[in-house]
Amino acid sequence: MSAPNAPQKPGLIGWLDYRLPIFGFMNKELRQYPTPKNLSYAWNFGSLAGIILLIMILSGLFLAMNYTPSTDKAFDSVERIMRDVNFGWLLRYIHANGASAFFVVVYLHMARGLYYGSYKSPRELLWIIGVAILLLMMATAFMGYVLPWGQMSYWGATVITNLFSAIPVVGDDIVTWLWGGFSVDNPTLNRFFVLHYLLPFVILGVAFLHMIALHTHGSNNPTGLDAKKEDKIPFHPYYTIKDLFGLGVFLVLFALFVFYVPNYLGHPDNYTPANPLVTPAHIVPEWYFLPFYAILRAVPDKLGGVMLMFGSIALLAALPWLDRHPVRSGRYRPLFKKFFWLFVVNALALGWAGGKPAEGHYLLIGRLCTAYYFIHMLVVLPLLSKFEKPSPLPTSIAAAS
Amino acid sequence: MTTKTPNSSNSDAALAGGHEATTASRRDFLTMAAGGMCALGAGVALVPFVDSMNPAADTLAAASIEVDISKVQPGQGMTVSWRGKPVFIRRRTPEEIAEAEKASLADLKDPQADKDRVQKPEWLVLIGICTHLGCVPLGTKATETRGEYQGWFCPCHGSAYDTSGRIRQGPAPTNLEVPPYNFVSDTVIKIG
Repeated sequence: MSAPNAPQKPGLIGWLDYRLPIFGFMNKELRQYPTPKNLSYAWNFGSLAGIILLIMILSGLFLAMNYTPSTDKAFDSVERIMRDVNFGWLLRYIHANGASAFFVVVYLHMARGLYYGSYKSPRELLWIIGVAILLLMMATAFMGYVLPWGQMSYWGATVITNLFSAIPVVGDDIVTWLWGGFSVDNPTLNRFFVLHYLLPFVILGVAFLHMIALHTHGSNNPTGLDAKKEDKIPFHPYYTIKDLFGLGVFLVLFALFVFYVPNYLGHPDNYTPANPLVTPAHIVPEWYFLPFYAILRAVPDKLGGVMLMFGSIALLAALPWLDRHPVRSGRYRPLFKKFFWLFVVNALALGWAGGKPAEGHYLLIGRLCTAYYFIHMLVVLPLLSKFEKPSPLPTSIAAAS
Repeated sequence: MTTKTPNSSNSDAALAGGHEATTASRRDFLTMAAGGMCALGAGVALVPFVDSMNPAADTLAAASIEVDISKVQPGQGMTVSWRGKPVFIRRRTPEEIAEAEKASLADLKDPQADKDRVQKPEWLVLIGICTHLGCVPLGTKATETRGEYQGWFCPCHGSAYDTSGRIRQGPAPTNLEVPPYNFVSDTVIKIG
């Protein structure tokens, strides 16, 4: 924003900006915004996630014009979108695969933050706001998946809402309240539709806070060093062009899914209308929930499993206080680096185990990986903070390159 | 007399009797009382919104249903829908009844004697929803797997129930629930 007492600049934009400094704000935050000059492509995913959010809101808006949130019409209205509505198939495939793309990009964005210590002071709140966005995304994606009212929609909704019945004493009342009845039914579908429409705009607002927090101290960078004035370049044109190139690469991959394998990440069971009397033989959540699902199933106790699952996300928010090592970037932390990759492999293994039936070897692997997730967060990171000797740090970003 | 800051505690201010200090503490009280009433009012105003999400009157008007069970042979079962939930009705064989009755309560995760779960030992009536996370367990149809305890088996997370619908293995915390029902005649039961 330009200073409140700055004289009015000539022209229409000058007239507007003198009264509502929106152009000055955009100029400062999107053009001049000083950005470290050494950002790698790992820094592309933030703006990419923002663009996907807009794609999701736009495609969802047009889908909602043809969708009917009622148990006896929902499934048919989605099939009508697929067959009769002009380009309805395209809108729906963009929206369904867009959800997966959103999680891919956000998980990569988080992995970058984890490796380069982007959650460390003074960016703790920036990171926590990010975890809040992740939670909102999970809720939104879950409720969106219920809307087509297929078998996976129905049983996914049943299992996930039943997680709350694990809460002692008031659990069952909470579940009845969530359902608005005694099972997942029409009132549930209606409110899920309303909330699925609302939450993306909440995400948009929280993402705006995420950006304000980011721009307060500026982006982290691969060295993890505080960027000095001479190490910074304006966001435009340097990073607008880099982000646009990344967007191009993303759109090519995205189009491959939308046009060639649009159902690859879905489940055939969801093309069967919901039946409250028959549970499909093997129900699994969407791939982006599988690691958390594996954690849920790792404990043979209802409340314990639910607490571990929510605990795994709560620990992410606590990360700035679990990893207190003074060096930010994993680049200069030889031990942390190894454990980071172990953590990544472990998360992938959790996802794999979550997609398999909960028995035999699969269950064992799921349990071991769950154990490592918590050991990494609660033991490895605090110990490394105390004892790890970093490799020599460069004196500045300029000296590092 | 020492000067009192507006931050002095209430009793100090009262003792001092200083005009400024007294005003400040009264103002503090008014601010807190007004703030408290605002919070309370906001909380009360929230009640209708939150409660509107609870089951509506028509949903609560719990329909009871009558079920003809004359066609079910020993060893067979049927599933009916009550309040949007599946209800299992199984006509147990003498072996299944014996199995259910001889289980030692000490072996059970949710101890309950078989006689407390049935009105007539031959007929077992249960809400067909796994007490873990709400899936419908397999085992009512003879072709379905019944799990290790010959009752029901939940395919979602592997809970196994016995011939009395009691949890024996897996993550479910409690036995399958018995709905309210009564025998209208020997061949008709009323659920709800």
